[in-house]
Amino acid sequence: MTPALEVRSLVKSYGEIAAVKGISFTVRRGEIVGLLGPNGAGKTTTIDMLLGVLKPTSGSVHIEGDDIAARRSETIGKTNFAAVYAQLPGNLTVWQNLNIFALLYGVPGRAARIAELIKEFDLVPFADTRCGVLSSGEQTRVSLAKAMLNRPHLLLLDEPTASLDPSTAQIIREKIKTFAASDGGGVLWTSHNMQEVTEVCDRILFLSRGAILLEGDPRTLPGEHGKKDLEELFISIAREPLLHESL
Amino acid sequence: MNLHRVYAIFLRQWYLIRGNATRFVQMFVWITVDIVLWGFLSKYLGGISGSGPAAGSGSGFNFISVFLGAILLWDFMVQVMQGITMSFFEDVWSRNFLNIFASPLRMTEYLTGFTLAAIFRSVLALAVMLALAGLAFGLSVFIYGASLALFLLILFLFGIALGIVGVSLVLRLGPAAEWFIWPIPALLSPFVGVLYPLSILPGWMQWIGHALPPSYVFAGIRAIVETGTFPIATLCFGAALALVYIAFAYLIFLAVYRKAIRTGLIARYAAESMS
Repeated sequence: MTPALEVRSLVKSYGEIAAVKGISFTVRRGEIVGLLGPNGAGKTTTIDMLLGVLKPTSGSVHIEGDDIAARRSETIGKTNFAAVYAQLPGNLTVWQNLNIFALLYGVPGRAARIAELIKEFDLVPFADTRCGVLSSGEQTRVSLAKAMLNRPHLLLLDEPTASLDPSTAQIIREKIKTFAASDGGGVLWTSHNMQEVTEVCDRILFLSRGAILLEGDPRTLPGEHGKKDLEELFISIAREPLLHESL
Repeated sequence: MNLHRVYAIFLRQWYLIRGNATRFVQMFVWITVDIVLWGFLSKYLGGISGSGPAAGSGSGFNFISVFLGAILLWDFMVQVMQGITMSFFEDVWSRNFLNIFASPLRMTEYLTGFTLAAIFRSVLALAVMLALAGLAFGLSVFIYGASLALFLLILFLFGIALGIVGVSLVLRLGPAAEWFIWPIPALLSPFVGVLYPLSILPGWMQWIGHALPPSYVFAGIRAIVETGTFPIATLCFGAALALVYIAFAYLIFLAVYRKAIRTGLIARYAAESMS
């Protein structure tokens, strides 16, 4: 089966500086893959290339077999994303924002889909409220509702629970897991919350200095490297990446 | 081109205007001030020149038709330009770039959506200006005859081109370059001869004036009012020139957009970005 996402030898350089150094990976349908790494590891650069807002220096990105460079609009239409740093315009209401993005993503049965998501993300009381006056947690839920509008085949989430309280974050995690399991969409998830990653992700990729150093099951990987949990492994890699490059 | 996506870009502007009376009123404040100021000035000049005691529409030079008519049309072009740039600034101000550019939206659809917003804004502004200038100062645009459509077309096309160039500048130089955009019409106005023929300008300014499509509109107004002739060939040249400007403006925008995608500017777009 064609994977939801296939990244081949992806490179992004800014002059002499290589932000991403030829990484390759796949995200299968129904799979949640965690993209981990310290600040400056190249996670957001990678996600920007997957979203088509940053042109790779070389390499390719295929979403369900379609090359993003060759058919950008059609390919991007199969994805969606939510990021803590990309809130929706605060001067429009929740419903207005979702309506605009439903049009942009060509969502069939727009009104019904928006109503469904507003209900699913507990946004009914805020449907006609401007997003700018919502709490950060509520805004994140609106962003996630927007990310689900087109039932994406590939969902990119950059720290989606960063501004949520533990209870809401738990609910969101369950929603994402249900989405991957029932809709069969692949999910690429970045987070600095190692407990969350262990709970949610089927597989993780450890990125450091623009290269993938480790890959595996978040529940077994720490033990394989003599660490008690993912957090300890993360700290170890973040502080001594060269040691792991040789593994 | 996907019309749903074009409509989405327009709808965003419509929601903003509908949801805030201040935005709606703001669209008419400056044009009202302009019409009132130039209306009275035209009346005064008409009175002292003897071409009309008060209305400026006597036997000689018709100040109302030439001056006020020209200002009205110039303001129309400015509204078209602002329809484009304001739509873009809404995305800049609300930091909506990543959501917009990471969607399936194509750049032609983005700019077409802006153009729809510009049509909406400029047609409303034109209606208000025509009503005010007609009721308060007796300006009748019917004096321009069928050429009015060509005047509006040239100014509309050139306004779109200016708007796209403005958007490109801000996309390239960052939000802090916003101040570059507002004075563009004022900087061009001396060269296009809104209120005087190009022949009174120094040679180098005339060359620039002839290269700017609005100069053919204002020369056309004067020709119609003063001699009754309709310089169709000249106006068609002005329209063709305006189309060339749109093509160039689009190419500039594409070049800036592609550079922004290559350098990561879209993803990192923030105040003072000058990379």
